[in-house]
Amino acid sequence: MRELSLHIMDIIENGISAGADLITLEVSEKKKEDLLIIKITDNGRGIPQDELEKVMDPFYTTRKTRRVGLGLSLFKEAAKRCGGEFQLSSKEGKGTEVYASFQMDHIDMPPIGDMAGSFSCLIMGNSKVDFVYMHEVDNKSFDIDTRHIRQELEGLPINSPKVLRRLTNTVRESLKELKS
Amino acid sequence: MPKLTIEDLKKIREDAKKMTTLREGGAGVKITVHMGTCGIAAGARDVMDALLEELAETDRQDIHVMNSGCMGMCSSEPNVTVAVEGREPIIYQHVDRNKMRQIFRRHVLKGEVQTDFALARME
Repeated sequence: MRELSLHIMDIIENGISAGADLITLEVSEKKKEDLLIIKITDNGRGIPQDELEKVMDPFYTTRKTRRVGLGLSLFKEAAKRCGGEFQLSSKEGKGTEVYASFQMDHIDMPPIGDMAGSFSCLIMGNSKVDFVYMHEVDNKSFDIDTRHIRQELEGLPINSPKVLRRLTNTVRESLKELKS
Repeated sequence: MPKLTIEDLKKIREDAKKMTTLREGGAGVKITVHMGTCGIAAGARDVMDALLEELAETDRQDIHVMNSGCMGMCSSEPNVTVAVEGREPIIYQHVDRNKMRQIFRRHVLKGEVQTDFALARME
C-alpha cells in the first residue's frame, strides 16, 4: 500500500469483521530513536491460538468469497522491509492486538499518509463502532475518542456527513500541529 | 484532547435543523463501498471521501453508506454497489473520485444507472 494509513484502515476493518465495537489505535513516532510504532487493538471475537500462525498466510482467510487474505501479511512485510517488527496476539472472546514497528529513516519507509482520511472513512462505514485514536510525535500527543464525541453530539449521528467533515478537519489540523 | 468547539456544534445543530426529511418522496438508497485489502489498495478510501463530500452537500436523509469486505472481484476494485429501494442493486467497477461523484449525482439522486461504469446487476 502506498501509505501506512491504508494498512491501518485495512487491519482495523479486520477487527470490525470480527465483531469488535471498540477499536484502539496508537501511533507513536519517536524521531530521536528512529522508530515508528503502530498498535491496533480490537474487542472482537479473537483468533484461536492454533490459528494465529495460519492467519499470517496470505492464502488463508475466514471469508467465503475469496481464498486469499492479504491484509496481515502485507502489513507484516511492510514492517519487516523497514527493519521493524511485527507481532499478532489474541485471546478468544476478548480481542486481538496487532503491533508493528518501523525504522522511520529506512529507505523503504512509506509515508504515514492521511490518517484523518482513514479515521473518517472508518467512522463513515461503521457508524456503530467506537474508535479511540492516539497519535504522538516525540513528546507531543493528540487523542480522540468517538465515545466522547457521541456524548457531545447528543443524539446527532457521528456519521452524519457535516459532522464527519468537521471532525475530519479537526483531526487533520491537530495532526498537523503535532508535526510542527 | 481537541473537541469539536461549541461554535462547531452550534453550527452543526443548525445545519441539522435545516435539513428537510424527504420521507414521503425519497426512496431509501444504500451505497456499499467495498473495502477489502484489494479495494483499499486500489483507492477505495478516496472514493469514500468523494462520497462523503457529496453527502455533505445534499439534504437527503435516506441515503446510507456502508463498508463491506471484498466480494471476490478484486481486479475491478474499487467497487461500489448502489441499491435503490425497489430496484436491483448495481455494482460499479473501477470507481474513482470523479466516477463516484457522477454515480452519486445521477444514479443515487436521480435514479439514472450509469451503465458505462457498471460491472453487473444483481438479480
